[in-house]
Amino acid sequence: MHLSPDQVVLWKYGFINLNSTIATTWGLMLVLWLAAMLITRKLQTGIEISRWQCALEIIVTAIMKQIEEAGLSQPEKYISFLGTLFLFIAIAALATVIPGYESPTGSLSTTAALAICVFVAVPVYGIAEQGLGGYLDSYLKPTAIMLPFNIISELSRTLALAVRLFGNMMSGTMILAILLTIAPLFFPILMSALGLLIGMVQAYIFGILATVYITAATRKD
Amino acid sequence: MDSMTLIAMASIITAGVTIAIGCIGPAIGEGRSVAAALTSLAQQPDASTTITRTLFVGLAMIESLAIYSFVVSMILIFANPFWNHVVAEASGK
Repeated sequence: MHLSPDQVVLWKYGFINLNSTIATTWGLMLVLWLAAMLITRKLQTGIEISRWQCALEIIVTAIMKQIEEAGLSQPEKYISFLGTLFLFIAIAALATVIPGYESPTGSLSTTAALAICVFVAVPVYGIAEQGLGGYLDSYLKPTAIMLPFNIISELSRTLALAVRLFGNMMSGTMILAILLTIAPLFFPILMSALGLLIGMVQAYIFGILATVYITAATRKD
Repeated sequence: MDSMTLIAMASIITAGVTIAIGCIGPAIGEGRSVAAALTSLAQQPDASTTITRTLFVGLAMIESLAIYSFVVSMILIFANPFWNHVVAEASGK
């Protein structure tokens, strides 16, 4: 029983290890890219549109509405980043229905990478909206004494993002593995369904938290 | 008692106590938040989508504290560096 898919090594060459995390991450990226490319090849603007385009539109408009409700007034600027985060984590969680697959977000490396993406994106969007001076000024609000606390809160919420997603996904797979040795066949199916629900909720949480952090960095008050 | 036994004992006991105590706080918090959500749903059923969404976001945030305890517990059982160290030392001899 392994703690994370990092320990499942598929192929070795010298010191280069191809572990399950890397393979599934690239597999997911390929699936998302192929789906997007194939569905948007012939976009139609009339009343009659293909089913796949309709599904994609539902997803995109739902994400845009969520971003707008969370406080960003121009969701088009941020949807590429936030939508990708949400879709990657959601598809990674949903694909656990495929036997033999383990979600790459069950490894601390993947979740740390996603959290670092958010950590970098917040100042980038903040500086794009408010300029360098305006963004750095926001660290001194409400008073200049709060500067170390603001910096610590930036770092700790990045860490919390990573560990939250990792813990939720890892606990799902770990509980499933333990239950399979105790009571096979029925109870693990329930836990697997619970794992799917938790995966989708955690994808939503990750996206909403990233949106809220970017809102806090870009609003002018 | 040699150090190997001591480390094993401390890891096992701590893992159990960590997850036991670490689940009390989040459980109480989640119970209270669901109760508050039910009260506000009864008072304003029109806002049910907003309330439900906020409830789930809040529950996930509270849940992650229990997950932190679970992660520490799992590390103590499955990826314990102290245990790995003494096992490597013992098998190296």
